[in-house]
Amino acid sequence: MPKVIPPTVETDDEYFWDGVQNDQLLIQTCADCGRFRHPPVPMCGDCHSTAWTATPSQGTGTVHSWIVSRHPTEPDADPRVVILVELDDGIRFVSNLVDVELVDVHNEMRVELCFRVIDDVKLPQFRPAPSPSRQTPSVQG
Amino acid sequence: MGAVGKTIIAGIGQTEFSKSSGRSELQLAAEAGIAAIRDAGMTPADIDGLVTFTLDTNDELLLARCLGIPEIKFWSRTPHGGAGAHTTVQHASLAVQGGSAKAVLVYRAFNERSGRRFGQPNQRVTPPGWNWYLPFGLDVPAKTYSLAFQRYMHRYGLTNEDFGRYTVVARKHAATNPNAWFYQRPITLEDHQNSRWIVEPILRLLDCCQESDGGVAMVITSADRAADLPHKAVKIAAAADGHLRDGNVVFNYYHGDLAEFPEAKLMAKQLYDQSGLTAADMDAAMLYENFSPVVFLQLEAMGFCGPGEASDFIKEGNIDLDGSIPVNTHGGLLGEAYIHGLNNILEGVRQVRGTAVNQVKGVEHVMVAGGRSGLILAPAG
Ligand SMILES: [Zn+2]
Repeated sequence: MPKVIPPTVETDDEYFWDGVQNDQLLIQTCADCGRFRHPPVPMCGDCHSTAWTATPSQGTGTVHSWIVSRHPTEPDADPRVVILVELDDGIRFVSNLVDVELVDVHNEMRVELCFRVIDDVKLPQFRPAPSPSRQTPSVQG
Repeated sequence: MGAVGKTIIAGIGQTEFSKSSGRSELQLAAEAGIAAIRDAGMTPADIDGLVTFTLDTNDELLLARCLGIPEIKFWSRTPHGGAGAHTTVQHASLAVQGGSAKAVLVYRAFNERSGRRFGQPNQRVTPPGWNWYLPFGLDVPAKTYSLAFQRYMHRYGLTNEDFGRYTVVARKHAATNPNAWFYQRPITLEDHQNSRWIVEPILRLLDCCQESDGGVAMVITSADRAADLPHKAVKIAAAADGHLRDGNVVFNYYHGDLAEFPEAKLMAKQLYDQSGLTAADMDAAMLYENFSPVVFLQLEAMGFCGPGEASDFIKEGNIDLDGSIPVNTHGGLLGEAYIHGLNNILEGVRQVRGTAVNQVKGVEHVMVAGGRSGLILAPAG
């Protein structure tokens, strides 16, 4: 069994998977009232517009919750950390946390978007973001 | 008088609960169905309505042929699996009260262990909506639910051991229930902590419901017939659903606070409003638990204890047989069997009749609920 089950692209989420191919995490955005909605639906539940655009995510957020997902039939395979990310854009998104030791995973940790190809499937993933205190100060002038 | 207060559960029936029934799902449905009809002191000719789950494989007309039900005037199915378990009774009750049918057979039967197992990973995306989860590794219910449970644990500083205390109670109740798969097999908290991780650090094996083969059924009819029954009639004092715009049954990640169960709160409020009762009036509760943390979230949402208090509430013995609100007196879906929650309703009926093997003394009102759907059962008349 493959580690990653590829998505079955549908009419209402095709834009998203096209975006992934271009290294973008796209958020469905009402063209009339501007509200974000995820997971996408074809009509805005607030203003009932069916017109929408896709806004690239800022790509930063915090871990709202997380679990360790082990392979069901290959217990020795590397586990995947599944996270629910509270994106700074204002939506929640399920993804994986990569480049991290299990002991370092915690709620509210800051994460940033990256893209990885796993089992021939390209997916938006997240990795630990440098904490603000450790960021190199920007060079002035 | 609630929206459904003029109807009763007149009869209950079931097959044995096993891991390998050795017969078709239709046969299980038929065996449970005829047992329920006989228990109500009726014949199949008295039945004119059928309700089951959308997920049930048993065709209504094939079941009618098995049972010899001559005419069907009402049928419906309820969506979202266990989330709609109690909705079946609501549909049946409203059909009777509205005059569409005189007596409705509610049934659910499957070979969920020897046939298609719910606990095995999905191997392909099943539209609609799974693209957001399956490619990222959320391939079994234990994982999809755990991603929300983890927030509850984080919020209140709980560990998996806290959840284990529920399982110990469920298995204690199952141990004295001959219908239960885990009859005479109680566990200790240490046994729970020694069981393997299913989803670290949330759920161990003993936090997960069983996979079971079996069938259950019941007959819903008018309270006018209560006096004719061979058994004590059980009134459906309230029946309600609760669903929210941002909710999702399996991937409930988008509502404001994942440490709460707002659908259960909405559902319970309607049960209380319909019946004029409160949580304090309940004498026992059968709470759907595909996984142990769901009991915690329900106890808090339904007002049996405050937010974040379920762990201490359980630790203090409140859900034991002699506690303030005995929970899952048959062992629940962990201890008795997983017949998609419908077996919990049968236990609610037995508690009101006074015929449960783990009978709670002086039962007047029983809550039977699965978060998003629920009932209050009470003696008729
Ligand atoms: Zn809009």
